[in-house]
This record gives sequence, structure tokens and C-alpha cells, in this order.
Amino acid sequence: MSPAPLLSVKGLRVGFSTEGGLLQAVDDVSFEVRPGEVVAIVGESGSGKSVTAQTIMGLTRSKNARIEGTAEFEGMDLIEASDAELRRLRGDRVAMVFQDPMTSFNPVYRLGAQIGEAIRAHRDGVSKSEARARAVELFEAVGIPNAEGRVDDYPHEFSGGMRQRAMIAMALALEPDLLIADEPTTALDVTIQAQILELLRELNRKRNLATILITHDLGVVAEIADRVLVMYAGRVVEQGTLDQIFFDPQHPYTWGLLGSLTRLDKPRPVRLPQISGAPPSLLALPEGCSFRPRCPHEFGPCIDLPPLQARLRDEPGHCDRCWLSPEAKKEKRQVAGQIGLEAPTP
Amino acid sequence: MSAEPLLEVTDLVKHFPIKRGILVDRVVDQVRAVDGISFSVAPGQTLGLVGESGSGKSTACRAILNLIKPTSGSVRFEGEEIAGLGRRQMRPLRRQMQMIFQDPYASLNPRKRIGQIVGDPLRRQGVASGGELKRRVQELLDRVGLAPEHYNRFPHEFSGGQRQRIGIARALALQPKLVIADEPVSALDVSIQAQIVNLLDDLQDEFGLTYVFVAHDIGVVRHISDRIAVMHDGKIVEEGTADQVCEHPTDAYTKKLLAAVPIADPRESRARREGATSAG
Amino acid sequence: MARFVIRRLAGMIAVLFAVSVIVFVIFNVVPNTNPAQLLAGKNSTPVLVKSIEEEWGFDNSLPEQYLTMMKKIFTGELTSYKPRISVDEQIIERIPATFSLSIGAAIIWLFFGLLLGYLSALRAGGWLDRFLTGFAIAGISIPVFLIAPVLLYFLTYKLEIFPNAQYVPLTENPSEWLSHLILPWVTLAILSIGFYSRVLRSNMLDVMNEDYVRTARAKGLSERRVMSRHVLRNSLVPIVTLFGLDFGATIAGTAIITEYLYSLNGIGLYAIEAVQKFELPPVMGVTIYGAFFVVFVNALVDIAYAYLDPRVRLGESGAS
Ligand SMILES: Nc1ncnc2c1ncn2[C@@H]1O[C@H](COP(=O)(O)OP(=O)(O)O)[C@@H](O)[C@H]1O
Ligand SMILES: Nc1ncnc2c1ncn2[C@@H]1O[C@H](COP(=O)(O)OP(=O)(O)O)[C@@H](O)[C@H]1O
Ligand code: SF4
Ligand SMILES: [Mg+2]
Ligand SMILES: [Mg+2]
Repeated sequence: MSPAPLLSVKGLRVGFSTEGGLLQAVDDVSFEVRPGEVVAIVGESGSGKSVTAQTIMGLTRSKNARIEGTAEFEGMDLIEASDAELRRLRGDRVAMVFQDPMTSFNPVYRLGAQIGEAIRAHRDGVSKSEARARAVELFEAVGIPNAEGRVDDYPHEFSGGMRQRAMIAMALALEPDLLIADEPTTALDVTIQAQILELLRELNRKRNLATILITHDLGVVAEIADRVLVMYAGRVVEQGTLDQIFFDPQHPYTWGLLGSLTRLDKPRPVRLPQISGAPPSLLALPEGCSFRPRCPHEFGPCIDLPPLQARLRDEPGHCDRCWLSPEAKKEKRQVAGQIGLEAPTP
Repeated sequence: MSAEPLLEVTDLVKHFPIKRGILVDRVVDQVRAVDGISFSVAPGQTLGLVGESGSGKSTACRAILNLIKPTSGSVRFEGEEIAGLGRRQMRPLRRQMQMIFQDPYASLNPRKRIGQIVGDPLRRQGVASGGELKRRVQELLDRVGLAPEHYNRFPHEFSGGQRQRIGIARALALQPKLVIADEPVSALDVSIQAQIVNLLDDLQDEFGLTYVFVAHDIGVVRHISDRIAVMHDGKIVEEGTADQVCEHPTDAYTKKLLAAVPIADPRESRARREGATSAG
Repeated sequence: MARFVIRRLAGMIAVLFAVSVIVFVIFNVVPNTNPAQLLAGKNSTPVLVKSIEEEWGFDNSLPEQYLTMMKKIFTGELTSYKPRISVDEQIIERIPATFSLSIGAAIIWLFFGLLLGYLSALRAGGWLDRFLTGFAIAGISIPVFLIAPVLLYFLTYKLEIFPNAQYVPLTENPSEWLSHLILPWVTLAILSIGFYSRVLRSNMLDVMNEDYVRTARAKGLSERRVMSRHVLRNSLVPIVTLFGLDFGATIAGTAIITEYLYSLNGIGLYAIEAVQKFELPPVMGVTIYGAFFVVFVNALVDIAYAYLDPRVRLGESGAS
């Protein structure tokens, strides 16, 4: 039914050896991204979203990193690939946009030159002026006004929103198949965020660009994602389609996230539903389910780590990591009262 | 609003001069950071101040508290004019008005223990000392959801949400009437945001606090505020009750701001997008 | 840019004025330095002293004396007390030696400092880095007045590789010029090599953590290019300021000890002699010369800095 996946991540684990011991930043993460699809990764800060994304790009490789699992991209395992193979892929087939447009460009070079550098790194024989002309085209494509006049500007001459557009322009320079956007709108004002999301949506539609979008904002997810991964303390605790996550969430952490959203289109609750406590330290994870210390529904089996598995027979793509039975979940979710949205009609 | 306002701001202006010159600087232009804003807050109420970055929210807060000297305009606290008062004259008033900052990391002295940070205002104003001071501080820590044993820890040992709790405890130490919170939850994760917003809510009920609550997240502002003022380029473009501003905005900029807020409901946002594309 | 330069020049004049006043005051406040007495010699008579005072203007008020002296410096009429020769000429005559020493040493310390710093940063934590760190710390901590005698003892007296003392003008004999200067250069450069390599290393390690370096990698640039175009280039910007300060200071003062230790007849040696003889005019002349170079080089640095960092450059002109 759906096309073959472009990227297929299986059992990804990333650990860093630190002074406090081995820090398992990413633990057993698996997902697939198909052409034209937007996969969102949500979770609180420190949950391993960026490390997941950067590992796919080979950017976390270092002496004190332990990386396991596979990430197959068009038949090549990005985890096993040599540095040179990865380098050929980066910026060309797989491109990345980072969170902070203020610090993600080198302040001493002109924007056009930085884009040109990316092009010339992958295409031999492209001259500087050709690369510059391409940068102008790209600026136009991402909606930067007066592209010809602004391509030779320095980063600090651009506003935050324009800089993020320039960042996206650079990512698109070689027409990648996969775009990884790590919190691309977190540092921006909402009106600018809306424009950037619109731009990303358009790229998905027009270029069939597959996207991994990292964010902590479920509002952004609702606006743009097709599939959603919810991460907690380095693990995926739930994944499913956008509608599954919003209308039939299975994991208490997902309920908490949905519940603590403020909605402008709904009457305001007297109290904002909150998740009590704070995420655990990755160096001292609780035994069993890592959400246990904060979970109001904890019961006997939770002392063992729940596997990520589908519990609804008719929805194999919708998995979660919670010991509660689907029936219990339906009931508890009701009791909790608010899961962001009205419960699905039975 | 029947009660006498606790805080009344009238035509408050803060301009920052842009200086330029060959040998001696002259003022060539002004950054109109706050350009004539007026509002009032009744006791026990919350005024939400929203606007995009650079709209002048932080400058307005600092000018209201006289942390920077307003260019012109009036700020009345309990009917008394405070704009332009000197440091000495402000001193007795400082107890009554406190501020909470956005960055819980930057606003706490990393070399001081939590007990000192929270107790400092009490000691400096001569309210308490010795064992009494310690007892009061531990009470405060308890009240904001921290443990008494946190008394001797340093700020770096705490998470972002906990640090914001410390900032709140410090602000509440002198039992102020007015608390101005400048983006107190913007740097926090969503789940922690809710905790802090609820804490502020509870403290308001308990101590009868009056808040000016600043944020760029209009959803959070709407949740906590009785009235909302929308700032844009140093001016307040719209002011009204929270529901009025969010549900029936009249100003074009407010409408634009509201329309840009993502709706955390796939159906709604899909419908809105389709509506927008078919309309445009 | 013009505004920037004019401001720098105005600042420069102010600094020169302040420095010259300070030196002048010190010389007139320190007791036992009646220059007339000094000039009159051992068997002076009050009459002789008086006539010398009148001739040299020592009986005028201090501000007057100061003004006359400054006027003379800039018109080239200033003379030392004994022998009565032109201070300006003396300084100009000795400039080649001091410049040869300072510029040569600066080239050596920049080259090796940056090279070693770069290698250290690339191999941070490895054995090469550790070795270079030890070397740098040794270079920083051994004082010049210790290095020079040791080098002289072994390389000049024992092994006779390098000649001893004296400055040979470049125009007279280039190879002699070179062989006479190598030891002084090394002596003067060794501290800065250590220091610059440490500074560059730590700058580079900081820059490596910058977001834009991650962006550069994400573009698929080769590691060499990431290091040279993004990490090294950005790490050099603060070094320019440092170099300006150090180079100015070397020409104006730091070279003095080295000149003295190797008996190079440069401005430093001249200054030392003048101080020993309590002669105000040469000291004043050398002070103005030194202050001028410090300030001048700093002005150059600021301008260079503005070119290296567009944020500085455009921040300045952008709004005007
Ligand atoms: N190079 C590294 N060395 C050690 N720990 C790291 C490294 N990079 C990330 N981490 C840790 O991994 C965890 C996950 O980080 P990250 O993926 O950045 O979270 P986020 O979900 O906010 O993007 C954090 O606790 C972070 O401190
Ligand atoms: N000390 C200052 N000097 C000059 N301009 C300032 C200063 N503080 C703030 N500004 C300017 O005032 C405007 C409003 O800033 P601010 O009050 O921080 O906005 P907000 O808090 O809404 O993001 C901005 O354009 C900012 O650059
Ligand atoms: S497994 Fe247990 S503790 Fe974990 S989320 Fe489910 S109910 Fe809560
Ligand atoms: Mg991240
Ligand atoms: Mg602000």
C-alpha cells in the first residue's frame, strides 16, 4: 500500500561515556520514513531527539560514543558507513536544519558563500558564480524577498525568521530526499513559525521531500506531521499516525503531554492538567518503566520494562510502551478527564 | 473593575537613544521600546502581556518597577506615583513589588546556596535573621514545592523547573503585593510549564497576589490572565478580558497573532488550513 | 569607516598626551634629580648651576618646561644632556635594530605559536597535545633573563654556532644580520609561542562546539575544510587583537631586556642608558615613540578586526 521506506531505523542505541558513567541517550529507537512523509519526534528536552537525528547524520560519532543498531538509507547502513561515505550523503541526499538560526551560520562568511560551499562540496566543477546563482534561486524558492540583493549579506543582517529560511534554502541546495529539521521553529515567533511550517508543508507536497521533524510542541506536530514518535528518557514510548496519537493515545506520558497543552479554541480549564515531577536523569533511570515515578497509573508489572508493541490488533502501526491493557487505558484516560481532545466516539 | 487599581500605568514611554557622532556622540534616533502604554491591574488580578520578541514587554516590566528610568509617563502603585523615584525612595516599595525572570539559569547567583538566595531579600530588608530566617526560607521552599534539604544546595544542582521555583520563592520572600513575571515559563518544557503556571495560580489565591504575567505564548497567557494586553512595536494594540481578546479580537495584529498559534488538534488545523487555502 | 579611524586617532593623541605627562611628572617628582646639578658635574658652583638652569629652562614652571620639551620632540630639536646630541636622531638610528628584532621575533612566534596551537587542537587529548602543552608551559614559565644566558653559554661560547652580541645592519651584511639575530629572536619569541599556541588551542576547542561547525559538517564538508575554513578562521579573530597588543608592547618595551642581554644597540638599550643617567629628554623621546607604536598598532588592529569580523564592520557602518 505505502511506498518502500526511504529511511529505516532499527534498534538504534546511542550511549556516551561520561564522568558519571555510561549515559544511554538513545535506547532502542526504531522507525521508518517514507518519501513525502513527515515523521515528528516529540518529547521533553533531554529525551534524545537531537541525538537520534544527529546519529542518523553521523554527527555523534566520537571516541566516547557507543552506537548500535542500523539506519538503512537506500540500501546503505548509515551506522556502519565509513566517514567518507557519510560525508558524500550529508548535505546532498540527507540535509539538516537546526534549531537556532542565530548561531547555525558562520558569522564571518556571506550567506550565499555558505550555501555555495555546500553545493561545491558535492558537485565538482560547479563554479563559484554558478553556485551563487543557485543560491539566489534557492532564496527565491524559500520566499526571501529581493533574493539577488540579499544573497551576499552576512548572517547577522538577517532577522531570525529570514535566517531560518536561508537555513532551509541551504538544506535544499542539492535537492535532498530526506530533510531532518531539529526544532526549526522553536526559536521563532509564532507568526514566523507559521510561515516556516507552511514552507515545509509546501516542500513536502511539491518535492515529495521526506522529513523528520523534531519538536517539543504538539501544536506544531498537529499542523504538519503524518506520523509521530513520542520519546521519553531516550526511548520511544509511543508511536503512531497523527490521528492515533491525538485521538487514541495509549501511553500515560502522551496523555500528560496532550493534557498540559493550552488550547485557544476551548474554554480554559480551572487548572492546567500537569505531569508531576521531572524527567529522570539518564544516568540513574528508574527500574522498569522509566515513566514510573511520574505515572499516576503505576501498578504491579511496571517494575519491568515494557516493550514497545502494538496492543490493538487492528492497528499494528500504533505501538506503545505501557503495561496497561487497552481497556484499562481507555478507562483511565477518561478518568484523567483531559487528554487534550475529547475521547474518540466509541 | 470596581476596586481601586493596585497598579496603574499611564502613557508610559521608554525610549533608548541611538548615539552617533564623530568625536562626541549625539542622539540621532530613538528605539521606541515602549511607546506610550496605559493599563491598570486590580488587586488580586492578573494582567497578561503578550507580544512577539522585541515588542517591548521586558522593557515595560523594567520601567514599571523603576529598574530603568522611564522616559515619561506615570506608574502609580496603590495610588502613589513611583515613576522617577530615586533608589532610596524606592527601597520601602521594593518589598511590595517583585520580579520573576525568564531565565532561571541566569538570574540565580551560581556561587550562592539556595538558602542564601531565597533568604537574601529577608536579610537585606531586616525582616528576619538567624534561626528565624532559616525557618522562613524553608517554609517558602516547601510552599513552592522544593524540599527543606535543598536549603544548602547550589543552583546548578537543580533542573530548569526547580530553578524557576527558587526564583518564585525568592520573589515571594518579602510577601509582595505585586509580582511581575517576565516570561517565567518560556524556557521550560511543556509539562513543567503547567506545573509552574499552576503553582503561580495557587500562590495567587493563597496570598492575594497581583500579577503582571508576560509571555509570547498566548495560550499560557490566556490560561492565567483575567485581562490581556497585546503589545506590538512598543504599543498596546488591544486590551480586554482574556476570553474577549482570544475569542473576539478586534485589532488586526491580534488577529494575525492568534491565527498563527498552532492548534493542537489535527482536525482543527486541517480544517483551518483548508479554509485558508480555499479562501486565499 | 572614516568616523572609526578619526575616533581612533583622537584616542591615540589623548593616550600619547597622558603617557608623556605621567613620565614627565615622575621625572620631576623623584627627588635628587636636579638636572642642572647633574649637568654641572662634581665641582659645580651655585653660579654654574644657575646659569645651566637658565640656559636649559629648568627654572621655568613645569607646564612650560613640558610644553617646550614636547615642541622640541616634534621638531627634532630635543637633545640629551650629555653629550648634547639630538634625541630624535639617536632614536631613528637605533630603529633598525629594534625593528629587526621585534618583527623577526613576531613572525617566528606567530608562525610557530599558531602551528603548534593548531596541531594541539586537532589532536586534543592525545600524546602530541600533551607534549605540546608541556612545551608551551615551559616556554611561558622560563624567564627571558634565564633563557638568554643559557642559550649564549651553550650555543655561542661552547659550541660556537652563533656569534655573540652586536647588531649588524641588514644592508651591510644580510647573513651576518641573520646569524646575529637568531638567538635574540628565539629568546624573545619563546614565551609568545607558548602563549599563542595555548590561546589558539582553547579558541579552537571552543569554536568546535559552535553550532555553525556542526552545520558545516552537516553540509558534508571534509574534515580538513571544516577545520581550516570554519574552526581555524573563526579562532583567529581574537588572536589578531592579542597580536596587536603584544607586537606594540614588544616594540615599545618588551624588546628592551633582550636588547640588553644580547647588547643589541636598539632603542631599548638607549632607554636603559638614559634612565641610568637620569636624562629626561631621551626617556621622554623613547616614551613617546613607544606609546606611539602601542597606540598605532592597536588602531591598526581595530581596523583589521573590523575587516575580519563583519559584525563589527557592518554594525558600525550599517546604521550610519
Ligand atoms: N556528546 C554527548 N556526550 C554526552 N552526553 C550527550 C552528548 N550529546 C547529548 N548528550 C546527552 O544526551 C541526552 C539527550 O540529548 P538530546 O538528544 O540533545 O535531547 P533533546 O531531546 O532535547 O534533543 C541529554 O541528556 C544530553 O545531555
Ligand atoms: N538597553 C537597551 N538599549 C537599546 N535598545 C534596547 C535596550 N533594551 C531593549 N532595547 C530594544 O527595545 C526593544 C524592545 O525590547 P524588549 O523589551 O526586550 O522586548 P521583548 O521583551 O518584548 O522581547 C527591542 O527593539 C530592543 O532591541
Ligand atoms: S507501564 Fe506502568 S508506570 Fe509505565 S506508563 Fe504504563 S502504567 Fe505508567
Ligand atoms: Mg534537541
Ligand atoms: Mg523579553
